Amino acid sequence: MNIAVCIKQVPTRDWQPRVNDGGTWIRDRDVTFETNEPDAYALEEALRLKEKHGGSVVACSVGPERVAQVLREALARGADRAIHVEHASVEASDAFVIAGALAAAVRDERFDLVLTGLQSDDQGFAQTGVVLAERLGFAHATIIMEVQIESSTVRVKRELEGGWFQWVAMPLPAVLTIQSGINHLRYATLKGIMAAKKKEIRKVAMPAGLAARQHIVRLYAPQKVKRTELITGSPAEAAKTLVTRLRETARVI
Amino acid sequence: MILVVAEQRGGTLNRASWETIAAAQHIPGGVPIVVAVLGGSGGATTAAAQLAAAAVHEVVAVEHPSLEPYTADGFTAALQSLIGQLNPTSVLFPHTYQTRDFVPKLAARLDRALLTDVTGTKPSDDGALVFVRPMFQGKLTADVRPQGPAPHLVTFQIGSYRPDAAARGSSPAPVKTVAATLDGASVRQRPDQPYQEARQAVDLSQAERIVSVGRGIKGQEHLSVAQALADALKAELAASRPICDAGWLPMERQVGSSGQTVAPKLYVALGISGAIQHLVGMKGSNVIVAINKDPDAPIFEVADYGIVGDLFEVVPALVKALNE
Repeated sequence: MNIAVCIKQVPTRDWQPRVNDGGTWIRDRDVTFETNEPDAYALEEALRLKEKHGGSVVACSVGPERVAQVLREALARGADRAIHVEHASVEASDAFVIAGALAAAVRDERFDLVLTGLQSDDQGFAQTGVVLAERLGFAHATIIMEVQIESSTVRVKRELEGGWFQWVAMPLPAVLTIQSGINHLRYATLKGIMAAKKKEIRKVAMPAGLAARQHIVRLYAPQKVKRTELITGSPAEAAKTLVTRLRETARVI
Repeated sequence: MILVVAEQRGGTLNRASWETIAAAQHIPGGVPIVVAVLGGSGGATTAAAQLAAAAVHEVVAVEHPSLEPYTADGFTAALQSLIGQLNPTSVLFPHTYQTRDFVPKLAARLDRALLTDVTGTKPSDDGALVFVRPMFQGKLTADVRPQGPAPHLVTFQIGSYRPDAAARGSSPAPVKTVAATLDGASVRQRPDQPYQEARQAVDLSQAERIVSVGRGIKGQEHLSVAQALADALKAELAASRPICDAGWLPMERQVGSSGQTVAPKLYVALGISGAIQHLVGMKGSNVIVAINKDPDAPIFEVADYGIVGDLFEVVPALVKALNE
């Protein structure tokens, strides 16, 4: 079972959003980055499948020099090697560009399975995995909560809305987009971190001819849909004011 | 022409289909709207008859045995063919899990722009449409323009438009039934019947008050802090997805797109940042209180009352104030 895992590097969860002067992208220099959370679950699932069925796990990412960091983390957790598609302008890249780059990087490796997170915490397209499947000619399924390999077939548990699920079988090779919470993440061990230093990160150039199909005209702080009364003061004061509001103004308690 | 793709299961349409019709009607210019609904014989026709009530140009029921149950390969092939016949300028979908499963494939097959999770549209200076969508977990909003030739594919976030905002026609729209162009043998996914994991012991949708916890609660051992507030408010305890993923609370207490949709009189969000997936499950609540240490947390955008602070200080104070 040879598995590729596609990982995106995104701003950390506690990042305070700041927009650049042009209002077209975030102010990159303020940002610390981490692995997109659903992609971390995809990596964990790949490592578990490898432990069960043998084979290899290859971590792939598209982006500037800094994405080598999330690839090194994936290697430290147990991925065997990594592919880094070098691409400077991620802000102008939509899911078509990223999926096109990933398809070119993994096509010749004849993977049985390609896993990635169901969406990214930055642009949140929720498209890359599915577009990648189409570009590779693979079957696919999305928002997956369990993966079972049965020789040349994969059976997956798809999450539907409102607490419903559905099992779907399809032939390998396949692309699966993984939902957060499918498993419990492992931490990199010191041994893993040391071993990662000897593992290969193969750098690949961005393929030519990939055009974004969408363009950000303006990026800005969300407009409030409600007038929020922000209650200030010490915790005790704020609590008293809130209770008064809920009792006397909103009348919900 | 604008094509809206409605979603049915067993002949029943979801609310999001009506929301998407409302979104299409909201686009200025009086462009004719055609609504398509896909399925096996029966389901699609039944749904099409209901859709005919909408003020639209035409309803098309696209039928094929291989479209029931839903598969990504089947729906992609059928819609590729339909779009080729109808030649619309844009194709609108509700941003459901089913849409997420196949529409990126359809867009890639057609090599046309796909804008996802759109919350609204507005005309730009040159008259072309700009689409509004959240980015960075709702921390920022983007105005986005599709690039390249039509049709442009757009998915609308659940709850962006009200389903009852979809205008009804003075007389029923004409309904046409067409057989999908589709080779059943090309469908690779073989789905089983959908099922619910466990009987939902808690029906949060009936709760009058809900206290909901997010990542800010930090650990399972701190849930008693939230439980004390729930007790003082006579509220049900609920959570955002990461809390249930971690197993700190059972999945049946999860509020959001993958959990329950709730609209209580009072919803108190403790340490919940307010990712879109959570907001769609609770923004219909009558009164929303947010307590969060991050003043930029998107939860404050939907909150009626907000306290920026440490929930471990504020919540005990709140319990004390309630019991006085």
